[in-house]
Amino acid sequence: MSTAREQILGNLRKALGRGHLSPDREAQLDARLSASGGAVIPARGRVEGQARITAFCDEAARVGTTVARVPSSAAAPAAVADYLAEHDLAADIRLAPDPFLADLPWSEQAALSTSAGPARPTDTVSVTTATAAAETGTLVLASGPESPTTLNFLPDTHIAVLLAETIVGAYEATWSAVRAADGPLPRVVNWITGPSRTADIEQTLLIGIHGPRRQHIVLIDGQDT
Amino acid sequence: MDATSSAFPENSRRALADERLQEALHRLADGFPARRREAVDRLPEFDQLRAQARAVKDHVLENLDSYLERFAAKVEEAGGHVHWCRDALEARQTVLRICRDAGARTVTKSKSMVGEEIAINEHLEAHGIEPVETDLGEYIIQLRREAPSHLIAPAIHLSKDQVTETFKAAHGEFPVGRRLDEPRAMLDEARTVLRKRFVEADVGITGANMIIAETGTAVVVTNEGNADLTMTLPKVHIAITGIEKVVPTLDDAVTVLRLLARSATGQDVTVYTTFATGPRRDDDVDGPDAFHVVLLDNGRSALMESDFRDILRCIRCGACLNHCPVYSAVGGHAYGWVYSGPMGSVLNPGLVGIEEAHHLPNASTFCGACEEVCPVGIPLPKMLRHWRERAFRARAVGATGRAGMRAWAFLALRPRLYRAVTGAVMAVLGALGRRRGRFRRLPLAGGWTVARDLAAPQGPTFISQWAQRRRERS
Repeated sequence: MSTAREQILGNLRKALGRGHLSPDREAQLDARLSASGGAVIPARGRVEGQARITAFCDEAARVGTTVARVPSSAAAPAAVADYLAEHDLAADIRLAPDPFLADLPWSEQAALSTSAGPARPTDTVSVTTATAAAETGTLVLASGPESPTTLNFLPDTHIAVLLAETIVGAYEATWSAVRAADGPLPRVVNWITGPSRTADIEQTLLIGIHGPRRQHIVLIDGQDT
Repeated sequence: MDATSSAFPENSRRALADERLQEALHRLADGFPARRREAVDRLPEFDQLRAQARAVKDHVLENLDSYLERFAAKVEEAGGHVHWCRDALEARQTVLRICRDAGARTVTKSKSMVGEEIAINEHLEAHGIEPVETDLGEYIIQLRREAPSHLIAPAIHLSKDQVTETFKAAHGEFPVGRRLDEPRAMLDEARTVLRKRFVEADVGITGANMIIAETGTAVVVTNEGNADLTMTLPKVHIAITGIEKVVPTLDDAVTVLRLLARSATGQDVTVYTTFATGPRRDDDVDGPDAFHVVLLDNGRSALMESDFRDILRCIRCGACLNHCPVYSAVGGHAYGWVYSGPMGSVLNPGLVGIEEAHHLPNASTFCGACEEVCPVGIPLPKMLRHWRERAFRARAVGATGRAGMRAWAFLALRPRLYRAVTGAVMAVLGALGRRRGRFRRLPLAGGWTVARDLAAPQGPTFISQWAQRRRERS
């Protein structure tokens, strides 16, 4: 046990005018840690159904994320190809090694060439899955073997394939999707709300400093746009 | 960094005469407050969230020892390491040791005020390891060998022309005659240069906006994505943070996050909010092999038992800076140490000593804007008053100031004498100044009249008018 640790904790206890917390008090803290809720959740995070999906899209648009809505997962590769063509982007895409993505009909898109795995410095377009919170139009991605973190940050363009039914209202509701039954959280949980930006030079807002310059979503919601 | 807070008056004079700085400060005052207002107006629950965040923070401080131990246990459970550091020296040595053990030659860094507090860049450099700041603003000021002048906008004091000069001098790999007069071009150039540094770095150092006891998680927010590249690509991730940054649960972190960006830049949330827990797992295909958290005390535990405990609720949003008439006039560098604005004027004396920082509690008009916008309700003006008392007691106030205060105290403790003296002074000033209505110059009040006129008294003192009215009523 390090002396620095004991000294810092000792100083804190002295400052608080007590010794170690009593077992009762520790039990109260245990209870607080395992309880959830009781928090103020903004009304905008408490919308349901179609209104929630609309709210998500509106908030995403506010921060410069673009959204293409497609009726089914089978239509996702075409939507990706359209987006890349529309923006004149190279059609080499790096897919997250996720079985859901692997099962999509990429081969029907003659223009696309795909590979799967973590991002390499040369990759320019990544496609991953994600869930989302409507509250602020935020994508949620948890790291894992099927979801390498580098795909979210290294390529110039990040495209997330999002199933409408996985959009929750408030941030609090995103935790259940990333928590394992036991054991720690995934190494990283990323909330992504728009493309990379900075205002560090004369407060001028500019897009695309270190993370992706373009943040796009293919939203599969069973409804055509 | 070495403190120059004792030179606040000279620093301020220089700042006021610096035209480029004044222009930059006007841009700041035009931008952040209005955007914060808009964001707050879009969230009707903002005040409820403030009350809740404040309660969370107070609860944490009451139980800080236990929450820190719980946090440390969870970090270790997830395969990470926690390093407890009593002061800046210990923290510097710890970070250097981890970098050396990793065989590091270059280290990428995302913005960290604790990093500034422990002067980690200078220490690594002195030991042959190159630190590379990756937040665009921090990168610019690192090239210029300057300190950040704002919590969230470190290069706010610079003009784009200065950035052009800096990049032209630093980036020898680009053609000398290239056009670099627009921020867009500068940004693209920085992206290219820094991308290479991200990929080759051996260790990544980030701060942590919060740490979470429930899960052993470090929360890091940025708009640029630089913290994510910093912590994802190298073999080792070190998060350095103050011991007061712990919150109990993921949900508590969410409460703070709902306030942080809105108060800071007026965004609803930053572009990237990252919850990092431990090193890469056995089946992960990217991420660092090692995860370290450096917990810094450096005077914080001493603030716990003082009149200044409330400052430990601070979430470093910068709203108090953005709304402060003094900060807006002189900028961050005048404060002479890491933190500036109202929160800096309270925190710096606690961390570097009131003797060094005795001017800072006076860098306030007591207008109260800072407390009004603070997302965790820190009573900043009250604490500035406490520091003024301490500065007086520590004899950090000069002889004239002390004599003046003693004379005033002598009068204020003797109400009759006070009334007689102020009544007489008002009568004299009234007689002298009534015709013009104001004084352009006045002995002993040169500090006031050098920049503005002093209104002449228009009649008897408030106390005598009050007494008069009561007599008339009865």
